[in-house]
Amino acid sequence: MTVAAKQPLVKVKNLVKYFPIKIGAFGSEKAVVHAIDDVSFDIFKGETLGLVGESGCGKSTTGYTILQIYRSTSGSVEFEGVDLASLSKSELRAMRKKAQIVFQDPYSTLNPRMTIGEALAEPMKVHKIYPEKEIPGRIAQLIRDVGLNPNVANRYPHEFSGGQRQRICIARALACNPEFIVCDEPISALDVSIQAQIINLLMDIQDKYNLTYLFIAHDLAVVRHISDRIAVMYLGKIMEIADKAELFRRPMHPYTKALLSAVPEADPDVERQRKRVILKGDVSNAIDPPSGCRFHHRCAYATDACAQSVPELEDHGEGHQVACLRLDEIALEETLEPAEA
Amino acid sequence: MTKLLEVKNLHTRFKVRNGYLYAVNGVSFTLDKGEMLGVVGESGCGKSVSMMSLIRLLPPAAQITEGEVLLEGQDLAKASASEINTVRGSKVGMIFQDPMTSLNPFMKIGAQLCEGIMYHKKMSRAEAMKQAAKYLDLVGISNSEHRLHEYPHQLSGGMRQRVMIAMALLGEPELVIADEPTTALDVTIQAQIVELVKELREKLNMSIIWITHDLSLLAGMVDRIMVMYGGSVVEEAPIDEIYKNPRHPYTIGLLKSIPSINTVAGSRLPSIAGAPPNLFVEPQSCPFAPRCAYRQERCTREIPPLEPVADDSAHPKHRIACWVDVTKVNAEPKEGSVL
Repeated sequence: MTVAAKQPLVKVKNLVKYFPIKIGAFGSEKAVVHAIDDVSFDIFKGETLGLVGESGCGKSTTGYTILQIYRSTSGSVEFEGVDLASLSKSELRAMRKKAQIVFQDPYSTLNPRMTIGEALAEPMKVHKIYPEKEIPGRIAQLIRDVGLNPNVANRYPHEFSGGQRQRICIARALACNPEFIVCDEPISALDVSIQAQIINLLMDIQDKYNLTYLFIAHDLAVVRHISDRIAVMYLGKIMEIADKAELFRRPMHPYTKALLSAVPEADPDVERQRKRVILKGDVSNAIDPPSGCRFHHRCAYATDACAQSVPELEDHGEGHQVACLRLDEIALEETLEPAEA
Repeated sequence: MTKLLEVKNLHTRFKVRNGYLYAVNGVSFTLDKGEMLGVVGESGCGKSVSMMSLIRLLPPAAQITEGEVLLEGQDLAKASASEINTVRGSKVGMIFQDPMTSLNPFMKIGAQLCEGIMYHKKMSRAEAMKQAAKYLDLVGISNSEHRLHEYPHQLSGGMRQRVMIAMALLGEPELVIADEPTTALDVTIQAQIVELVKELREKLNMSIIWITHDLSLLAGMVDRIMVMYGGSVVEEAPIDEIYKNPRHPYTIGLLKSIPSINTVAGSRLPSIAGAPPNLFVEPQSCPFAPRCAYRQERCTREIPPLEPVADDSAHPKHRIACWVDVTKVNAEPKEGSVL
């Protein structure tokens, strides 16, 4: 995609989602899970934005909150100029035909009592985009588009394998001709040899239907393959966003560096020479997130300042945004001592 | 190298409502002392069942119908229940996939760790606790004396997996079977655990079987890889051979379908058409034949044996189960249609 063609389709501004929960032995104490905390980014028309992070970092919540499946605590999500967060339930429903989702688990997201045809017809009937007569033809078309045989329309989900079910879920997301699809870990429940089929399919239909994707995954190799840009999340915050090639060539945030170095590569030579950045400790609790930079207590470069002030995402040229207070010092340290333990 | 384990023609099946599920169909391999073997395959390929069959850690519906499992000469497939009990936990240690469900939530870490060695080594509780603390230190859990008195829910996922590893090592086993020990963990935690296991292996000189579905993970870790499909071993070779010179069409397809730094981003990934096999019928032919781009007539009639590759002097220890020599056939694997 050229720079000139970049028009934001989705503008996420200062998005916050907190979940109030009850903790303690008898649910007597109240607490708040800071699932996403002040997140801002744009998704451009026709692009795939990959969103990566470890479990519990808020990447799926971000996807759900953009679609307002979870109503946001504060902040805005502009979709084609309309703030989805301000819409009522019925207004939102009308928007749903333009913004769809493919879920992680194709086993639990298809109704076992509905045939494939019924499952695909439902969104079209709800949104009344096609006259009743045209629906069967449209269903056949959708099924063909996702690489299945149209005669499957009369069959039930249990008759299909995981990969085939995910194809059906993709067809269902396409039923209303959406412009934007959130893909929430669409391949992580599938076998390795099937994953490649689904990635290819998602890329094919993106071209065919002019789709924009938010592709959520924890598998960096997959995200790198399918995305144009990648955003890295950690504990409810975006740490770094950059063009895919740029992010892999020149990761800046210490967390991104550790994450990239932790991904194994299917090549023994690469692995033997690899210098891993092994992070100490575990991800902190989202109920009581660390002050300042969310990553500071696992970061090899952290100072007292990192524990106090929250770093903002700052642009470091060509849309490479990083949220880190000590970028300059880190760059300097690395030129002096390039291989850190 | 001295041989620790030899498995010969192992068959395991499950009794199901209308017959049997043929999970493991003739698996044979050997493992040397101090060697680390990776077993890779997709879900349902029999990798876990075959390795659990080694120490007969199987559900009641499963039966080992054929084969020998020789651990230092003792046939575990025919050992009595009490003999097997002695082997588990003392000669063979286990690390399971999910540390959240494999630890008893009602028992303190210390009590769980001690149970095994008090039984196997006839240790007193105090001695066992001392030993447990030592192993918690070894697996990198700080403040181990204090941790012994905590419950599993007080530890994070990575810490719990470290406890599981300590538990497997406590009996000072010669063989550790690790069944997808990092699948439930995040990549940065996975990297921690992998480094830990590599270190421990050097220190304790034990043999390890690491079961996984992730071929990339094994590249930096094991000595040898065994690829399984449909309950059989389809290829087995030293690590560099597998990645640089794969010979079985399934291994070739699997390696190509992994997106890596070398694949052209945005391009189509070569994928393997079709779906994994149905194991409710006993295989009579190559299990991969229906999905194979190199398929020949013979492949649909006879099961190929696991044999050294044709040019075996140039590629020692490389065995495949395939009728076709992919180096001589020009069939570029094509992406088939689905359904």
